[in-house]
Amino acid sequence: MRGREPFRIAVLLLIWGWIVLFVLLPNLLVVATSFLTRDDSRFISWQLTLDNYLRLVDPDYLGVFGHSFYMALVTTLLCLLVGYPFAYLLSRLRPSLKPYLLFLVIVPFWTNSLVRTYAMKLLISVNGLLNKLLLTLGWIDTPLRMLYSEGAVIAGLFYILLPFMILPLYAVFEQLRPELLEASRDLGAGRWRSFTRVVLPLTLPGIIAGSLLVLLPAVGMFYVADVLGGAKNLLIGNVIKSQFLDARDWPFGAAASLLLTVAMAVLLYAYYLSVNMIRRPDNDAELA
Amino acid sequence: MTASRTERRKIVSLSGVRKAFGNRVVLPGLDLDIYRGEFVTLLGPSGCGKTTILRLIGGFESPDAGSILLDGEDIAALDPSQRPVNTVFQSYALFPHMSVFDNVAYGLRAERRPEEEIERRVGDMLRMVQLEELARRKPDQLSGGQQQRVAIARALVKGPRLLLLDEPLSALDYKLRKQMQNELKRMQRELGITFLFITHDQEEALSMSDRVVVLRDGVIEQSGTPRDVYESPANLFVARFVGEINVLDVRVIAQLEGGRLLAEIEGKQREFDAGQHRFAPGTRLHALLRPEDMRLLPADDGSALPGEVVERNYKGMMLETLIRLDSGRQLQACEFFDESDPDFDYLLGERVGVSWVPGWEVLLADEGA
Amino acid sequence: MLNWLKYGYLSLVYLLLYLPIGVLLLYSFNASKNPYRWGGFSWHWYERLWQNTALIDAAANTLLLAISAATLSTLIGTLTAIALQRYRFRGKRFLNGMLFVVMMSPDIVLAISLLALFILVGVQLGFLSLLLAHVTFCLPFVVITVYARLSGFTPQILEAARDLGASEFRMVRTVLLPVISPALLAGWLLGFTLSLDDVVVSMFVTGPTFEILPLRIYSMVRLGIKPEVNALASVLLLLSLAALVGSQYLLTRNAPHTP
Repeated sequence: MRGREPFRIAVLLLIWGWIVLFVLLPNLLVVATSFLTRDDSRFISWQLTLDNYLRLVDPDYLGVFGHSFYMALVTTLLCLLVGYPFAYLLSRLRPSLKPYLLFLVIVPFWTNSLVRTYAMKLLISVNGLLNKLLLTLGWIDTPLRMLYSEGAVIAGLFYILLPFMILPLYAVFEQLRPELLEASRDLGAGRWRSFTRVVLPLTLPGIIAGSLLVLLPAVGMFYVADVLGGAKNLLIGNVIKSQFLDARDWPFGAAASLLLTVAMAVLLYAYYLSVNMIRRPDNDAELA
Repeated sequence: MTASRTERRKIVSLSGVRKAFGNRVVLPGLDLDIYRGEFVTLLGPSGCGKTTILRLIGGFESPDAGSILLDGEDIAALDPSQRPVNTVFQSYALFPHMSVFDNVAYGLRAERRPEEEIERRVGDMLRMVQLEELARRKPDQLSGGQQQRVAIARALVKGPRLLLLDEPLSALDYKLRKQMQNELKRMQRELGITFLFITHDQEEALSMSDRVVVLRDGVIEQSGTPRDVYESPANLFVARFVGEINVLDVRVIAQLEGGRLLAEIEGKQREFDAGQHRFAPGTRLHALLRPEDMRLLPADDGSALPGEVVERNYKGMMLETLIRLDSGRQLQACEFFDESDPDFDYLLGERVGVSWVPGWEVLLADEGA
Repeated sequence: MLNWLKYGYLSLVYLLLYLPIGVLLLYSFNASKNPYRWGGFSWHWYERLWQNTALIDAAANTLLLAISAATLSTLIGTLTAIALQRYRFRGKRFLNGMLFVVMMSPDIVLAISLLALFILVGVQLGFLSLLLAHVTFCLPFVVITVYARLSGFTPQILEAARDLGASEFRMVRTVLLPVISPALLAGWLLGFTLSLDDVVVSMFVTGPTFEILPLRIYSMVRLGIKPEVNALASVLLLLSLAALVGSQYLLTRNAPHTP
C-alpha cells in the first residue's frame, strides 16, 4: 500500500489527461462549434447563433435525415429478422461445434468494413456474379441495375452490420436456460405463449442492444453510401462529412453530428431503462 | 491439554484495535491475545469482522487506532511481505501460471534462499501434505482438496510464527472437510505453529480448536474452550449461534439452600441449579436447554411440560422432535435411538411431556431481547 | 427431423456473410484484365501491387500506425484497467462513462471532434494526429479486455504474493504480469485490427504527408472496380484475419479459471 502512491498518481494523471484531452475537450468543442457562425477563412467566427439548428429542419436536409434513418431502420429490422433465429440456432448447437461457428461470425465483425463494402459492390454490380447467376438460372432476361440504389445501400449496411446484431443476441440466448422453456411448457403454455411470455422478454436486452449496434453506426457509414448508393442515397454521415471536408461549414456539420449524438443518447438511455427493468442489480458483495 | 501448557507466552496481542470502512465500523475497539502454540478459532456470522482481524494481522489493512504486537513488537507499520505471518486464503489464491512446486517455493524464492535449500524444504512440505507426485502439475489440474493442500504447504513452508487461515475449508464438500480438519490439527501438532483459524461453521470451530472466540459486530461475545462455549454460553447470542438451543422464560419464586432456586417455568414449578448466582424473587430469567438434553416423557408425567408433537425428523442416529407446548412455545428435542426399543418414535399430534436432566440447563438474566 | 431446416438456415446466413469476401478473394487471382470475366489463376495483381512503390509506402505507413497505436493503447489501456479494478478514486464512474461514450459514439462524431481539437491546438495533420485518434478509439476495447482478465482472477493471489514476502515490484513482475499477459497480447491485437480497419476517423484526421492503405482503397473503390483493388483488399483482409486468429487463440487458451 505504501510506496505505491507515486505510481498510482502517475497512472491516474495519465488516464485523466488522455480522457479530458481527447474525449471530453473535443466533444465540448463540437458542442461549442454548433452554436457559432461559419467563416470561410478561419472555419468559424465567434458569433453565437442558433442558425445551424434551424437549418437542420430545412426540408431539404430533413428529407436526407429522414431517408437516412429510414434506410438504417430497414437495415436494423432485416438484421433482426435474419439474426434472431440465427443466434438462437447457434446457441443451441453442440458444444463441440459452437466455438468454430461463433468464430466464423466474429471474422467479418473484425475485418475491414470498407473492403467488405467493396466486395458487395463486386457481387451486385451490373456484370457481377449475382446477375450472372440470375441470368443463368433464367430468372431474369437482362442484368438488373442493383448498384447505386437505396436497396444497394441497405444491402451493404445489412451485410456489414449483421454480426453486430447476431453477437448480442447470441449472448442473451446463451444465458437463456432451456429449463425455463420447459417450465413454461410444463405449466401449460403453448409454443407461441412460451415464446411471447418467456423467450421474448428475456432476450429483449439482446434485441435492443443489437438494434442499437446496427442503427447507430448505420446512419454514419458514409463510405457505404459513397460506394454503393450514388448521389441520391445519402446517410447523415455523408452530410456531416461533406460539411467538414468539402463545404467547410463546420458549425452546421457540428450541429448535425450533435443531433446524431443526442439521438444516440436517447436510444442508449432507453436501452439502459429496459435492461434495468428486466434484471435487478445484484446485491453488493460484503466487504468484511 | 490447554491447562497442561506451562509456558503461556503471548504471540499476538491486539489492543484497542479500531477499523472502519467508510461509515461502517467493523471493529469498534478489539482486545485479543493469542498464545504460542494455540489453535484459536474466530467464530461468527458473516460481517462480524473476523476476516478484517485476519487482514489486520496479515498486514492487508491497517488499523485506524490501537496496536498490534507480534512477540511484543509493534508490526502496524510493517508491509505484509515483512511480517513473519502467513495466510491460507479462502479461495486458496494459488498462482495459476505456476506449478505446485513453484507455488510452494514462491515465498522462499522471495527470500532469495539457495536453490538446494528450496528444493529440500519444498520437498519436505509437499511430502507432509502428500503431494510429492503432483509437484509438476498446475493448480487447475488439481482437485479442490489438493489445491487446499498446496495453499497450506505454501503458507507453512516459510515456517511462520503464526498461520492465518481464512475459512480455508468452506469450499470443500462435507467428507473432504472432515478429513482436512483432522489433517490441519495433525499439522498444527507436528509443527507446533500457532494457528488462527476463522470460520462461520460452529461445528468446525468446536471440533478443531483449543480456544473459540465468538464474535458479533466486531465485539468478542465469549472466548473459551469449545466446551465452555457450548455448555456455558455467556449470553443468548452465543447460545443460539453455537448449536441449536431452546430458550424458556423463567420467573424466580424463591432462592433455596445450596444454590438451588425454585422458579416457575411454563406454569410449572421446578427447582434449578443457580450456581454462585443469587436471584431475588420475581426476577425474570432465561433457561437454555440443548435439544440433546431434553427428555420426552409420557403425557401424564406431572413434572413434565405438556405438549404435542408437531414435527419429527429422522436424522440417522438421532430422532429430532419438534414439540409445541400448550403455551404455544415450540421446543426441539433430540434423542438417540434406543436399541432395545425398535418402535421408538412418535406420531404427529401425539401428546407428550417434556423434561430435561436436572442441572443441565443454563440460566441467564433476561436481556430484554 | 427439423435438422435440415436448422442447418440449412445456418448455412444460408454463413453463405451470405462469406460469399462477397469469397468472390473478392477469388477475383484477386483473376488473370483477366476484365474484372468480370474469369481468365484463369494468376498472381499477376499481387505482383503489380509489389511493384507499386506508392502502395508499398502506404502499406508500411499503415503497419507503422497500427503497431504504434496498438502498443500505445495497450500501455495506457492496461494502466487504466488496473486503476479501475484496483484503485478507489473520485470520478471513477465518470471515467467509465467517458470510455463508454468513446465506444458507443458513431465513428464520425469522434472523427469531427478530434479534427476540431487538432485544428484548434494546431497539431499537424499526419502521423501524429492519426496516432492520437487511433489510440483514443482503441482504448476502451483494450481496457475491457484487460479489465475482464483482471476481474477473472481473485485479487487474493496478489495479496498471497505479498504475504509470502514479495515486494510490490516482485509481485507485479512474477504474478500480475504473467497472469494478465494473454489479455495484453489480445488487447494489442484487437487494437492493431481496429486501427487497420478504420476508415472514418482516419479520413478526417489524415494529412497529405502520410498516406495509409484504407484511405487509398477508399479513393480507388469510389471510382469503380479495378483488379488491383481486389488484391490490395485481400491483403488487408488477411492481415486483420491473422491478428484476429491470434487474439482469439490467446484469449481461449489460458482463459482465467474461476476459483
